Amino acid sequence: MGKYMATHLSAAETRPRHKRVLPGLSLSLGTSLLFISLILLLPMSGLVMQSVDMGWDRYWQVISDERVVASYKVTLWAALIASVFNGFFGLLLAWVLVRYEFPGRRILDALVDLPFALPTAVAGITLATLYAQNGWYGEILESLGLKVAYTPWGIVLAMAFTSIPFVVRTVQPVLEELSPEEEEAGMTLGASDWSVFRRVIFPALWPALMTGIALSFTRSLGEFGAVIFIAGNMPYVSEITSLMIFVSLQEFDFPAASAIASVVLMASLVLLFAINIWQARYLRRLHGRS
Amino acid sequence: MSSSKHSSSQLRVGDSPLIKWLLIGLTLFLTTILLVVPLIAIFQQAFVEGAAHYFNSLIEADTLHAIGLTLVVAALTVPINLVFGVMLAWAVTRFEFPGRKILMTLMDIPFAVSPVVAGLLYLLLYGNNGWIGSWLYDQDIQLMFAWPGIVMVTVFVTCPFVARELIPLMQQQGREDEEAAVILGASGWQLFRRVTLPNIKWALIYGVILTNARAVGEFGAVSVVSGNIRGETNTLPLLVQAQYEDYQAAAAFASASLLAMIALLTLLLKAFIEWRQERSLKIEAEKERQVTQ
Repeated sequence: MGKYMATHLSAAETRPRHKRVLPGLSLSLGTSLLFISLILLLPMSGLVMQSVDMGWDRYWQVISDERVVASYKVTLWAALIASVFNGFFGLLLAWVLVRYEFPGRRILDALVDLPFALPTAVAGITLATLYAQNGWYGEILESLGLKVAYTPWGIVLAMAFTSIPFVVRTVQPVLEELSPEEEEAGMTLGASDWSVFRRVIFPALWPALMTGIALSFTRSLGEFGAVIFIAGNMPYVSEITSLMIFVSLQEFDFPAASAIASVVLMASLVLLFAINIWQARYLRRLHGRS
Repeated sequence: MSSSKHSSSQLRVGDSPLIKWLLIGLTLFLTTILLVVPLIAIFQQAFVEGAAHYFNSLIEADTLHAIGLTLVVAALTVPINLVFGVMLAWAVTRFEFPGRKILMTLMDIPFAVSPVVAGLLYLLLYGNNGWIGSWLYDQDIQLMFAWPGIVMVTVFVTCPFVARELIPLMQQQGREDEEAAVILGASGWQLFRRVTLPNIKWALIYGVILTNARAVGEFGAVSVVSGNIRGETNTLPLLVQAQYEDYQAAAAFASASLLAMIALLTLLLKAFIEWRQERSLKIEAEKERQVTQ
């Protein structure tokens, strides 16, 4: 750290325009690094050590266990369906909130964040009650011959609920700042709504839309509280990977829990870095244009 | 969507009344099914056995203890993450240093990690078999399966919120005001209190509200490290689960209704803050317009 600061100082001195006058670099950076090391890096090192300790054969045996592999599949599929649904629903919500004035628009805008504000366990028991056989929705679905609660579709539902805000909140600002000229030109030339949307608006929105879907997907992969109440948690059918970690912990099998957790952690880190790189790239492109 | 030609009076996509009201209708329909009805159902289920039952279940000893513990956890978590969030935002928006981007990505990890994994990380390190935990055990200090563990994982899960609200705003505002204040001789604390704080006030408040909402409602991470001892290490979300699994659905929803009210309050405060910000932006724009005239 000391070395970094030294190089920074010399760089600042050689470029007077960027001369650093603001105080607090060592205090703020020092506190941040200490905090991140203590609460983030140190605990993560514990997981790495636990996984290394158990040896490759046992590690592989745990993470490729049939029941665990079934849980990867269910989790990935459910998260994929939920985030694609939120791609459509979120785009629709963002469009309606930005483009139209109607009574209740502000309430709708506030309501979008409900899934972030509502504790996941509350969401879980509520969805399970609504979609259970004798629940408000469950009864209707039953008469149609459909079953959502205690099936993998319940997992999709819970994941979709908890990640609704992501797409809306990433697409909304981009849609607000979209300049109207090209769109108006297209409309004046007599192109249809759909073709102007497809050729002019959608290309400007899709990086934000993809970011929102990816965030929604990442969140869905890790969702636990809302899912376990409605999933039914049947082995091989509706167990999510987070639950497999939880079950191993309840059996005090720390190595197994750590092995599965390391897979989940690596998957989410790869996703997080990919999203950040992707976002940086499209932000640069946006700024480059303007 | 229609492919017919439009009159030149319609300038923007989706402005025809038919499309407009179709889209609004569809949105309201889906939002009602997915968000509004579940919200109503929480309160309906809480009162399903009558108001007396509702209030009785809230004043049970276990429930009161869970409420108290939840408040303590939030009261400890929020200030810690407030300080960290401001420090981190100051470091990454006011200075250039190598590894700045990596620092910002690291800060996002708690967002991306499953809360169960978060709980596990702490259990491995501070549990009785962990390399810090076993030493603490010898000193007779128990962090896991006790309230300090709950606070620790909650700090982990909620640490990005304040920084996330502050960083984009502070980046956008730039450092000119603050540099001017320093040149005029302001001390570090004066600079922060008189120049920075008024500029970031609303984002800071919003970050705190979000941190609080998540701290109060965290379930996955807390359930791993709490040990679920009723009347001792049960927070409100864990009590909701315990009551629900005991077939005390009305009691579970009564506890859940408290959490839902906190969530609604969070949304209300957020809407208020946005309204304030929009208003101050409008006032500024108006001033600028008058100056240029």
